[in-house]
Amino acid sequence: MVLAGFAAFMYACKKEDAIKQTVSTFLGFQTPANFPDPVYKLENNKVTEAGFILGRNLFYEPRLSRNNTISCGSCHIQSSAFTQHGHDVSHGIDDRLGTRNSPPIMNLAWNKAFMWGGGVFDLDLQPIVPITAHEEMDESLDNVMAKLRQTAKYSGMFKEAFGSEEITTARFMKALSQFMIMCVSANSKYDKVMRKEQNATFTATEQAGYDLFKAKCSSCHSEPLFTDGSFRNNGLAPSAINDLGLYAATLIGTDRYKFKVPSLRNLTYTAPYMHDGRFLTLNGVFDHYNSEVQATANLDPILQQNGIHGISLSTDDRSKLTAFLKTLDDADFVTRKDLSEQ
Amino acid sequence: MVLSGCAKKDNVAPEFNEQNLAPFSIEFDNIVGERTLTFNNNGSLYTNGSGEKFSISKVQYFISNIKVTKADGTSYTVNQDDSYFLIKAEDRNTRFAKVNVPEGDYTKVSFTLGVDSLRSTMDLSKRTGVLDPAGGMDDGMYWGWNAGYIFFKMEGNSNVISDDVNGDPTGKKQFKYHIGGFGGYSAKTINNIKVITVDLTAGGISKVRKDRSSNVHLFVDLMKVFNGKNGFSIAAHPNVMFSEYSVNIANNLPEMFKHDHTEN
Repeated sequence: MVLAGFAAFMYACKKEDAIKQTVSTFLGFQTPANFPDPVYKLENNKVTEAGFILGRNLFYEPRLSRNNTISCGSCHIQSSAFTQHGHDVSHGIDDRLGTRNSPPIMNLAWNKAFMWGGGVFDLDLQPIVPITAHEEMDESLDNVMAKLRQTAKYSGMFKEAFGSEEITTARFMKALSQFMIMCVSANSKYDKVMRKEQNATFTATEQAGYDLFKAKCSSCHSEPLFTDGSFRNNGLAPSAINDLGLYAATLIGTDRYKFKVPSLRNLTYTAPYMHDGRFLTLNGVFDHYNSEVQATANLDPILQQNGIHGISLSTDDRSKLTAFLKTLDDADFVTRKDLSEQ
Repeated sequence: MVLSGCAKKDNVAPEFNEQNLAPFSIEFDNIVGERTLTFNNNGSLYTNGSGEKFSISKVQYFISNIKVTKADGTSYTVNQDDSYFLIKAEDRNTRFAKVNVPEGDYTKVSFTLGVDSLRSTMDLSKRTGVLDPAGGMDDGMYWGWNAGYIFFKMEGNSNVISDDVNGDPTGKKQFKYHIGGFGGYSAKTINNIKVITVDLTAGGISKVRKDRSSNVHLFVDLMKVFNGKNGFSIAAHPNVMFSEYSVNIANNLPEMFKHDHTEN
């Protein structure tokens, strides 16, 4: 009798510990040790577990689209590092096609500007673009809000996250931002080597690739985010639609054909490459920089040094660079359960 | 004795006190040249300075940052959070910008046509009411792709518009003027924010008192969009949105605002 009571007491203790452990696993937004301070204004939107869970629900919510068929997760698929693998340009509602390649939802807290062509400077305002774009979700924010108000689970979730059941534009956007900034990719082999975790070291080939990367790529794809966040013309031949990139948002002549420098993290999962997904493989990208750079207006000065367009990349360079770039793959990021649709 | 006391109280401007607020409004009464504004006026079209006949189907604009000034130069700026108004010509109830200012006699009023750059880049939680990007997206006073507000929007029809890509390929012969641009977030881009100051001395100063509601009645002449200092023809520019040409049209817009009278 006494023993049974003791066992029951032990069990209760264990259970409580388990509960405590579950609760404490949510650490909120954490800046990785090898990353700079985030750009996103966390003081205006502290990440809470309830806000993050609400944001995740909204991210995977098809009611954000006109006919309830497309969610953010449709074009930003976790297993493809939140891109739409295999699609050169995004494939939205009613099988409509966009004009640009779906960019990754990755390390956005360090992003200064959004979209391949800029124009949006605050993550909280970014979701308006895909929600209202004709070829993406083709819905109005008003309607999204009305649909969410009629969906039973959300009143409780908004209350948990923001203190009352009221669904407003700001709360809706801030919950989405909470989920999106939590999509941090910082657990690649590269990160472990940099943080000296688990005795991780580069192989000789990876190290040679890293040295090549620092010599030939890092002025634009700067560490540790592997982008400097700038907009540049990397010499792509203008496409049939003559996408002018950043110019459309600034109307500054020297911004013609400039697009955002993408991160090189998770390249294995995010093909095809460039703003319009024109290169299917990494080798296609190497070919471009090696021999296909076009002297279009505003070509980046870095790509036209000593009268030569592009960056020479030998077969040997390419294999070494590829080995290094693969150390930027973050298998944990593309499989983490907390970022998946539940 | 009592009567003269009342009269005296009425005519002498009260001491300026920022705590002693009373109702004040500006009325935006939209007109088109010599005529009142009628939507889809296909039976009796308007004619602009280029001799083009046109009708109007939509007019909306933001008014913000209201400030009043007395003859001695003392001025009062309305608390910014309470100073944003979306005037929708089709909804007569929206034609007033109603605020509170200290009791006093005002000879000048100024306001912004558009949304100031500070508010245009402010945290989303500070953009409620008419500034909520979700608020009536059908009315479309917000550009999502180039995050910012449309300050002034006028749409209508004219037979002078071609049916090709230089006009209206849908064949509806529609013109669209969507004027915005707050100057850019990081890089300097076009700035079409206009601060308009209206002198009230000729048309009647505003006597703001607690027991009444002073209203500055402005006529907003939409014909000036076409006939202002940068006059243009609809055929040449049927669609102007976020583009360099929008600066020319924006520079016409301050000419629209004329003080007609004040109701004290």
